[in-house]
Amino acid sequence: MSFGIPFFPQEASSEASQVDALFYTLLAFSAVLGLALTGLVVGYAVKYRVGSPADRTGQRSRNMWLEMSWTIASLIIAFIFFGWGATLFVRRDHPPADALEITGLGKQWMWEFRQPGGQREINELHVPVGKPVVVSLAAQDVIHSFFVPAFRIKQDAVPGRTTHIWFIATEPGHYHLFCAQYCGTQHSEMGGWVTVMAPEQYAAWLNSQGEGETLAASGEKLFRVLGCSGCHGASSKVRAPALEGIFGRPVALENQQTVIADERYLRDSILIPKKEIAAGYEPVMPSFDGLIDEGELQMLLAYLKSLSPQPSAGTKP
Amino acid sequence: MTSSAMTGTYLSEGAGPRAWLLTTDHKRVAWLYLVSLTAFFFLGGAMAVLMRIELATPAGDLVSDDVYNRLFSLHGIIMVWFFLVPSIPATLGNFLLPLMIGARDLAFPRLNLASWYVFIFGSLFALFSVVAGGVDTGWTFYTPLSTLYANGFVSTAAFGVFIVGFSTIMTGINFIVTVHTLRAPGLTWFRLPIFVWTLYATSLVMVLATPVLAASLILIVLERVFGIGIFNPDLGGDPLLFQHLFWFYSHPAVYIMILPGMGVVSEVLPCFSRRPLFGYKAVAMSSMAIAVFGFLVWGHHMFVSGQSAYAGVVFSFLSFCVAIPSAIKVFNWSLTLRKGEISFETPMLYGLFFLGLFTFGGLAGLFLAALAVDVHVHDTYFVIAHFHYIMVGGMVTAYMAGLHFWWPKLTGRMYSETAGRIAATVTFVGFNLTFFPQYVLGFDGMPRRYHTYPPEFQFWNVLSSAGAVVLAIGYLMPLFYLGWSLFRGARATDSPWNATGLEWQTSSPPPPHNFKSMPIVTRPAYAYDMKGLEHERFSPHLEAGR
Amino acid sequence: MSRTESVAFDNPRRERRADTFAMWVFIGSEAMLFGAIFLVFLVAHLDFGPAFAAASKHLSVALGAFNTAVLITSSFTMAVAHMFALHRRWRATVWALLATSALGVCFLVVKSMEYGKEIAEGMAPLLGLPFRYEGPDPVHAEFFFSLYFTMTSLHALHLIGGIAVIGGMIALWRTASPANRLHRVEAVGLYWHFVDVVWMFMFPVLYLINR
Repeated sequence: MSFGIPFFPQEASSEASQVDALFYTLLAFSAVLGLALTGLVVGYAVKYRVGSPADRTGQRSRNMWLEMSWTIASLIIAFIFFGWGATLFVRRDHPPADALEITGLGKQWMWEFRQPGGQREINELHVPVGKPVVVSLAAQDVIHSFFVPAFRIKQDAVPGRTTHIWFIATEPGHYHLFCAQYCGTQHSEMGGWVTVMAPEQYAAWLNSQGEGETLAASGEKLFRVLGCSGCHGASSKVRAPALEGIFGRPVALENQQTVIADERYLRDSILIPKKEIAAGYEPVMPSFDGLIDEGELQMLLAYLKSLSPQPSAGTKP
Repeated sequence: MTSSAMTGTYLSEGAGPRAWLLTTDHKRVAWLYLVSLTAFFFLGGAMAVLMRIELATPAGDLVSDDVYNRLFSLHGIIMVWFFLVPSIPATLGNFLLPLMIGARDLAFPRLNLASWYVFIFGSLFALFSVVAGGVDTGWTFYTPLSTLYANGFVSTAAFGVFIVGFSTIMTGINFIVTVHTLRAPGLTWFRLPIFVWTLYATSLVMVLATPVLAASLILIVLERVFGIGIFNPDLGGDPLLFQHLFWFYSHPAVYIMILPGMGVVSEVLPCFSRRPLFGYKAVAMSSMAIAVFGFLVWGHHMFVSGQSAYAGVVFSFLSFCVAIPSAIKVFNWSLTLRKGEISFETPMLYGLFFLGLFTFGGLAGLFLAALAVDVHVHDTYFVIAHFHYIMVGGMVTAYMAGLHFWWPKLTGRMYSETAGRIAATVTFVGFNLTFFPQYVLGFDGMPRRYHTYPPEFQFWNVLSSAGAVVLAIGYLMPLFYLGWSLFRGARATDSPWNATGLEWQTSSPPPPHNFKSMPIVTRPAYAYDMKGLEHERFSPHLEAGR
Repeated sequence: MSRTESVAFDNPRRERRADTFAMWVFIGSEAMLFGAIFLVFLVAHLDFGPAFAAASKHLSVALGAFNTAVLITSSFTMAVAHMFALHRRWRATVWALLATSALGVCFLVVKSMEYGKEIAEGMAPLLGLPFRYEGPDPVHAEFFFSLYFTMTSLHALHLIGGIAVIGGMIALWRTASPANRLHRVEAVGLYWHFVDVVWMFMFPVLYLINR
C-alpha cells in the first residue's frame, strides 16, 4: 500500500469482499455522521461563543418533532445494518455440500491440521483456490480461535465440542493465520500461514506430501486398537449397537427420547457412554475419557462419519 | 490539608489520620476514594505505558511473554475494577449526590465508610497477586485457561475482585435509597440533575449485576481450590457457561463505567453554554433505557464463541437497540450548545472532547454489533480501540471534566486555568494518537493480547506507542497543578462557574452537614434561561430543626 | 425525639422507611446471586437430567425435610419477634429472636451432619477426595454434587450471616432506642425470610427432583 503502510487488509476469500462492503458502508456512514456532528459542535462553539453577535432569540430546550425524527431515523439505520450483518452471518452455518473437510486442532501453542487425504500440517494450512473448505475445529486444552484476517473469518475452538468454519479462498497467496483467543504464555506465537494454491498446484502439493493416512483411516485403526470393534463389530458376542450409517440418524434412547446422532452425541457416547443409552442395549460400554486425547477423538469421529453416506458434516450447528 | 482560614468547612472539622479514616462524612469518604483510585489509575496506567513501549517493536524484546501477559491482565483488572467501576460514583458521586439533592449526607454514612474499607481490603488481595507473581488470564478470567491452565495467582485476584464487588453493591444500595428518600422539598424526579439520574441508573446496575459476577468468581475459585468442575468439560461442565455468566455482569458493568460520565457531561455542557440541557426528559429516560437494555446484550461478546448463530442474531439486534439511547444523548448534548453563550474553561474543554471521543467510540460499536463485521474484528485491536474510546476517551475524560468542574467545591480553591486547558488539549491529542491507529490495526487483523506481532503492523503500533507517552503526560499534569492548587490556589467563590444546582448554593468547601438551612427547590434543573438563579429559596423555619 | 442513626435523616419514621427499602434493594441483589446459580443448575439439569435425578436420590430427604421444617419454624418465630417489637414488648422480642437464631443453629448442625454423611460415603467431589459413586453416569453425578455443595454452602453462609446479625443486634440491644430496635428487627426479619425462601426453592430443586 501507500509507502508500505497497511491501511486495508488483503481480500482473499469470497466472504472478504462482502464483509468489506458492509464495513466500508458503515465507515462511510460513521464518517458522515461523525464529521457532521463534529462540524455542528465546532460550528456552534464558534458561532455562539461568549460575546459573539449571533442571534440568540427563539431558543428552545425541547423540540418534540426533532427528537422524534432522529430517534426514528437512528432506529431505521440501525435495523438496516443489523439485517445486513445478520444475513451475511447466518451463512456461516450453511457450508456448501461439496466442501473439502479439513480438521484443525488447537493446543497450547500450535495449530495442527489434517487434510482430507490424511496429510498433516503444523501451523501451516494449504487450501485450493475457488473450492469451499470446511475446517472442523477442536481444542485440546483451552479455548483457541482460528482467525485468518484476509478471509475475514474467525471461529473459537472450544474444549469439549466441535465447531466449524468455512470459506472459499479466491486469491492464491500466503496469508496470516492467528490465534485470536488469548490462550496462555505463547498466545502471540500460536499461528502460522494459510497458503492458497491453484487447484493443480494444490494437488501436486498433496502428492508431494506423500499419501498420508486419512483421518478416517486412522480412526478405523484406532477403532480396532481400542477394542471398539470387539463389541460394535458385526460378529461380536457382546451386543452393542451397529455403527454403520449412524451419523446423522435418529437414535432411540432407553428413556423413550430420540436424539440425532450428531457430533455432540458421538463425542458424548465415547467419553460419557452412560449419559444417553440406546434403547435395547445394556449400559456396558466403558468410558474413554482420559484414555484418548482430542486428536484421537477427532479420528474416531471422522471414521464414524465415514460410515455414513452423507457428504459433509459441516451442516451441524 | 488547607490552611486554618477556612473554618466551619468539612475540611477544617478535625485533622489527622483518625479524623479522616474514621469519618462518616460523605465528602471525606469521597476523598478517601479519590486518593486510592488515583493511585490505582497511575498503577494501571504505568502498566499500559510499559505495554505500549514493548509493542513499539514487533519482537518481544523489552519484557518476556509471561511478563507481558501479566501486564495486560493486571492493567485490565486494575483499571476495570479498581478504577473505572468505582471512579465517578465513589468519588464525585459520593461527594455530590447529597449536595445535589439537598441532603445532609448519604442515607447510610457508616455503610459508605465501610464500603471504602471493603474496597481497600479487596484491593489488598489484588495487590498481593501483583506482588506475588501476577495473574496471566486477562481481566476476563476465561475458563478453562483460568481454572486449569493458568499458573498465576488467579484465586487471590478473583477473590479481590469478588470482595470489591461488595463495596460496589454497598455504594449502589446507598445511592438508590438516598435518591428515593432524601430529596429536598420540591425536588421532584424530573427536577433532578442528570448526574443524579445517571448515578441512580448506575446504582441499579451495580446492585443487580454485581452478584452475578460474584457467582461466577465463586465458581472459579471453587474450581481452582476445591476442584469442582462446573466449567470443566472433562467433568461434565461447560466453559461457555462461564462466558455467559461473566458477560452477564461485565456488559452491564460497561454501563456502570460510562453512565456517570454521561451525567457529568450533562452538567458541564449546559453550564458553560448558559443553556438548559436540550431534551432533559429524553436524556434522563435514555439513561434508564441504557441500564435496562444493558442487561440483555451480553451475548454480543460471544458471536464467534460457538454459541448458536440464532443467539448471535438476537444479541446483535438487541445491541443495535442499545445504541439508540446513546445516539439520542449525543444529539441532545450537541443541540444544547445552540444559541448559548459558550465559554471554554477547562471543564468545558474536557466536556467537548468527551463528546467527540464518545461519538467516535460509539460509532465503532455499530461495526461490532454488525455480526459479519464482528466476526472479522472480534478479539482484534479494533475492539481495544472501541472500548478505550468509550472507557478512557469517554469515562476518564468525563471524570477529568467533573474533577475540574467541582474542584472549587471539593477544595475551596481554584487551579490554574492555563495549565488546565493545556492538559486537556494534550490529553485529547495523545488519546487520539494512541487509539485511532488501533482501529486501523484491528481492521488489518492484529489480534489483541499479542506480545509479538508481524512486522507489517509496526507503523501503526509506533504511532500508538508515541501517543501513549503524550497521553501519559496529559494525565500526569493535573496531578501537579491540582496538587499545587490545594495549598496555593486562589480562594474559590461559592459558585465560580455561576452554575445552577443545589451544590453551588452552599459554601465552597461545604460545611460538615452541607447546608446551613434546608434548601427548597422551585425550578427545573439547568434553569440557565431563567433570571435570578442565585436566589434559590431557603426555608428559614427548618434551620432550627438541625 | 428526633434521634436517628444516620445524620442524613431528620426523623426516625423516614429512616425506618429507608432501612426497609434498603433491605429490599439488598434482597434484590441477593436474588440475582442465587438466581445466577439456580440458572447454572437449571441449564445443567436440562443437559444431564437422568444423571441428576439419579444422583439426587443419594441425598437424604428425611434430613432435608426436617431442615425445611426447622427453617419454616424459624421464619415463624422471626415474625413473632416482629409482632412483639411492634407492640414494644422488648423482652418477648429478644426471646423470639433468640429462638430464631437457635433454630438457625439447629439447621446448620443438621446440615453439617448431612455433609459428614455425604463425605463419608465419598460423594463429595472436593479437595481431591475420592469420588465413589455407584450408579449410571458418575461424571455428571459428580457435577450434580459439585452444584449441590456450592449451592447449599452458599445458603449456609447466608444463614450464618443472619445468625451473626441477630447476635450483634441483641448485643447492641441496650444502647438502641425503641425506634432503632423496631427498624432493625424489621430489616433483619426481611433478610431472614429471604434466606428461608431461598431454601424453599433449593430443597425441591435439589432433593425432590424427579423423585
